[in-house]
Amino acid sequence: MMKFASLTTVAAAALLAAGSGAAVADQSGEVRIGMITTLSGPGSGLGIDARDGFQLGIEHLGGTLGGLEPVIFEGDDQQEPSVAVELAGRMVERDEVDIVTGVIWSNLALAVMPTLARSETFFVSVNAGPSELAGAQCNPFFFNVAWQNDNNHEAMGQHVRDEGYERVYIMAPNYPAGRDALAGFKRFYGDDVVDEVYTPLGQLDYAAELSQLQSEDPDAVYIFYPGGMGINFIRQYEQAGLKETTPLFGPAFSFSQDLLPAVGEAAMGVRNTSQWSPDLDNEVNARFVEGFEERYDRLPSLYASQGYDAALLIDSALNITGGDVSDKDAFREALRQADFDSVRGDFEFNNNHYPIQDYYLREVVMDDEGRITNRLVSTIFEDHADAYHQDCAM
Amino acid sequence: MTALAIVQTLNGFQLGVTLFLMAAGLTLVFGIMDMINLAHGSFYMIGAYLTATFVGVFDSFLLAVLFALPLAALVGLLVEMVALRTLYQRDHLDQVLATFGLILFFNELVKIIWGPVPIFMGVPEFLSGRIMFGPDLEYPAYRLAIIVVGFLVAIGLWLMISRTRLGMLIRAGASNREMVTALGVNIKLLYSLVFALGAGLAALAGAMAGPIYSVQVGMGEQILILTFVVIVIGGIGSIRGAMVGAILVGLVDTFGRVLLPGAMFALTGSTAAQGVGSAIASMSIYILMAAVLFFRPRGLFPVKV
Repeated sequence: MMKFASLTTVAAAALLAAGSGAAVADQSGEVRIGMITTLSGPGSGLGIDARDGFQLGIEHLGGTLGGLEPVIFEGDDQQEPSVAVELAGRMVERDEVDIVTGVIWSNLALAVMPTLARSETFFVSVNAGPSELAGAQCNPFFFNVAWQNDNNHEAMGQHVRDEGYERVYIMAPNYPAGRDALAGFKRFYGDDVVDEVYTPLGQLDYAAELSQLQSEDPDAVYIFYPGGMGINFIRQYEQAGLKETTPLFGPAFSFSQDLLPAVGEAAMGVRNTSQWSPDLDNEVNARFVEGFEERYDRLPSLYASQGYDAALLIDSALNITGGDVSDKDAFREALRQADFDSVRGDFEFNNNHYPIQDYYLREVVMDDEGRITNRLVSTIFEDHADAYHQDCAM
Repeated sequence: MTALAIVQTLNGFQLGVTLFLMAAGLTLVFGIMDMINLAHGSFYMIGAYLTATFVGVFDSFLLAVLFALPLAALVGLLVEMVALRTLYQRDHLDQVLATFGLILFFNELVKIIWGPVPIFMGVPEFLSGRIMFGPDLEYPAYRLAIIVVGFLVAIGLWLMISRTRLGMLIRAGASNREMVTALGVNIKLLYSLVFALGAGLAALAGAMAGPIYSVQVGMGEQILILTFVVIVIGGIGSIRGAMVGAILVGLVDTFGRVLLPGAMFALTGSTAAQGVGSAIASMSIYILMAAVLFFRPRGLFPVKV
């Protein structure tokens, strides 16, 4: 017992020493970044893509961010809010990070926000864009470099309306982002849907829902099923013979590059909405897509593109302030300017620190090498803002 | 309407037999060795990954399953000999902790070997169509095949346990371990065999689930929870209980999901109630479990000791 106690004392002392050492090192041309993301479990594909995209961004910037050496503290949140909060606390207290990035899931973003806001640590979300942080509760330390949760669903609502489908059946998992998704879809499609079905989060088998859907015989189906749920649903949709009779629509999350290889041909030809596409014609995007494939031997997903943009954004802000993060107001102002060339083309921040950007229609196709990927079809929204920004006082 | 009811019943059976394949192995190990094995879902995942890999090699689903199952059973055997053997004498909490560690180990191992991105596994060509039972009644051939295979395995297991010498030893080992050892039976070997058999059954469930569900890291955990519900309802250690419990859970889950949201909507006429209905539906199997435990605390078919 004695031995154990003395060991922990030594360890604690070592940690303290490391901590104070770090505080001094902060002045010597470093920027300290906490990368909190999902690296294990069923949701890890998304987090790994975002992290790899961020890393590639730094590499393309010559290994620096705004001329500073990035020191990255990586933490796996395991898709658990409690773990994310613990990581945020540790990164702020012990690692003394200047910026936290990563975070895929909205519930986790909401969970870490109080810790980061209290310690005045900037939070650049690469994915999570909860409506809570877009409206009345918007936060001066929160920036989202992807979209607001509702946006991609809004774009598809508009498209399905434009295409003239009258009997649309909509489905999502029964959790906050699922409800946001269908609300976003209906905001532009209209309220008169055939049926609005919520399934338990993480459900594996959709046979029962698909049989029910088949008996309703709708004109079109809209789904929001990210990750493994999307793989299951889309393949079972095809196996039930529905793909030939009833067109399926969804946001990019259900048809992104992290699931397409596993979905296979069942996704071919499906239209989906996104703020980014691998074939978007601009120089930065070409460099990103090519570089990602070369570096990681797989095609990038939209999560990777968002991670990449996060690195470019932080770099641009540091360039403006001359590498200074200590003047919070100046650094915030620099981030707001979003003075970088995004992989998705035009990009600017709204008053609530969420993007104003274009939303595209994409189609799942097979590329020259026989791989299933997305291709740009058309632009649905230009310079689209979210529905909550006027409630934000910033 | 009746056609839809029949299709939903088939859906319930299909989920049920998949759960049975998982539950059979888990309940044998639990009932005979008194060992809680949380890593049972890992064999399901390994079965799916190995089958998907072999499909890529042989381009034949049946051949792939034929190779994947013995290999998965071998992994099970190794796990039993290396890790679990030392745990039989420990209490259940130690077993839970240790086998939870095994889950993390296998998830990482799979990620190292196959990568973090889910992998594709297609429905075998000869089962890719749908079978017409009537004008309004068609059902995917592959799902029907799962039901058939599940029932065949159930009959086979029942015959093995009630009619063969191995089955007799398993039953004897479950009720009186010392006596069986005294009669000159190698109980260690028996345990290893039972464990490998359980791993093989879980791998079969995974192999058959692969073409329908996503083959991805952590796929075993989701189904493991349902499997535990099944063996608690059926009675721990009982193959017959696992079968009845699995079908019951499959049917209750399927019909709960389909009927409850609509029923709530009909009752209140609001779409918000529909959401509440679907929330209750996702609880339905746990409500079933609670009800079974209330009336029969040892499950529907407790093993007689």
